[in-house]
Amino acid sequence: MAFPVEEKHGFLVVLLHGDVDLSKSPAARKVILNCLKKRRHVMVDLAAVDYIDSSGVASLVEGFQYARSNDLEFALVGVSEAAMNVLRLARLDQVFRIHASLDELPDGGD
Amino acid sequence: MMSAQPNHSRDSVIEVSNLVTYYGRHKVLDDVSLDVASGEIMVIMGGSGSGKSTLLRYLLGLHRADSGVVRLFGRDINTLNSREWMGLRRRMGVAFQGGALFNSMTVGENVRMPLREHTRLDENTMRIMSRMKLEVVNLAGFEHLMPSQLSGGMLKRAALARALVMDPALLFFDEPSAGLDPVVAADLDNLILRIRDAMRVSIVVVTHELESAFKIADRITVLDQGRILMTGTVDEVRNSDIARVRNLLSRTCDEQLVDTDDYLQRLTGGTD
Repeated sequence: MAFPVEEKHGFLVVLLHGDVDLSKSPAARKVILNCLKKRRHVMVDLAAVDYIDSSGVASLVEGFQYARSNDLEFALVGVSEAAMNVLRLARLDQVFRIHASLDELPDGGD
Repeated sequence: MMSAQPNHSRDSVIEVSNLVTYYGRHKVLDDVSLDVASGEIMVIMGGSGSGKSTLLRYLLGLHRADSGVVRLFGRDINTLNSREWMGLRRRMGVAFQGGALFNSMTVGENVRMPLREHTRLDENTMRIMSRMKLEVVNLAGFEHLMPSQLSGGMLKRAALARALVMDPALLFFDEPSAGLDPVVAADLDNLILRIRDAMRVSIVVVTHELESAFKIADRITVLDQGRILMTGTVDEVRNSDIARVRNLLSRTCDEQLVDTDDYLQRLTGGTD
């Protein structure tokens, strides 16, 4: 499964969709890390995600960790209630930068 | 305080029909039928010897039924080949009563083990997933300890972390409160409710602890001497007028009448 990437407000926006589970999270991880390795700020749009499991969330954590280590922005947008519940369970809602929608974003730079 | 709000759909993840099982000639489960809906917390409750642990073993596919059918996710488990069973097994997590952790592995290695067995995820992803689950069960920072260094409550939480690491659709928890002090047991009950509310998971809890059962259950199945006395909501069980259910709730000893012939036969009959 390919996850598309768009450019908006100076961010590369990774559009995750469907179920991001054990079978699809490696692809999500790959696209997120590839964007960051281009030294671009990254936003992960979860608005079209029906379900995200721990492996999907782990991919987001890896992306966030990589971004912080390399002075890059990393945030989530469009987090559904179901996805937020999974984040809350591990208190990751207090760790990630989370925006309601892409429209409220400031420019991410470069 | 969390409440046990039913959150289940009509889809059954477990369907047991007329299950009969024996140990030797002794009938252990007698015509047991029950279903567990998606997203539901079903508590199987009963005293010692009621058959609840035996029922759990059949639900886990550890034994083949003498008669009756056990369906998990709509599949009759007696008809599955080993590959199909493995696929089903990946969707199930089990937290055993004593933890059943491997003593030669650290807590973190124990929790990661199902990921190593069943997935080809990146090592870093597996490490983050196992640490997330240790966060969920409030064991963050304990991953390098050995099981022998954990308290009883910590062992149960570590076992729960391992049971959850694959994000199961169906979680079995055997006697979560047994051997724990009331505060630790209440914490674990709250954790079970949080997990149900946050994840797509149906939960079967086997327990003899009334307080815990009433706190977490959407429905309770009461087993007694291998038979189901009733299945109902917490209120239905609390208000049941079935004498043996009331005995269980009030912890009243049920005096067994002795059949002289049966008793003598048990003591003197046959050979070992």
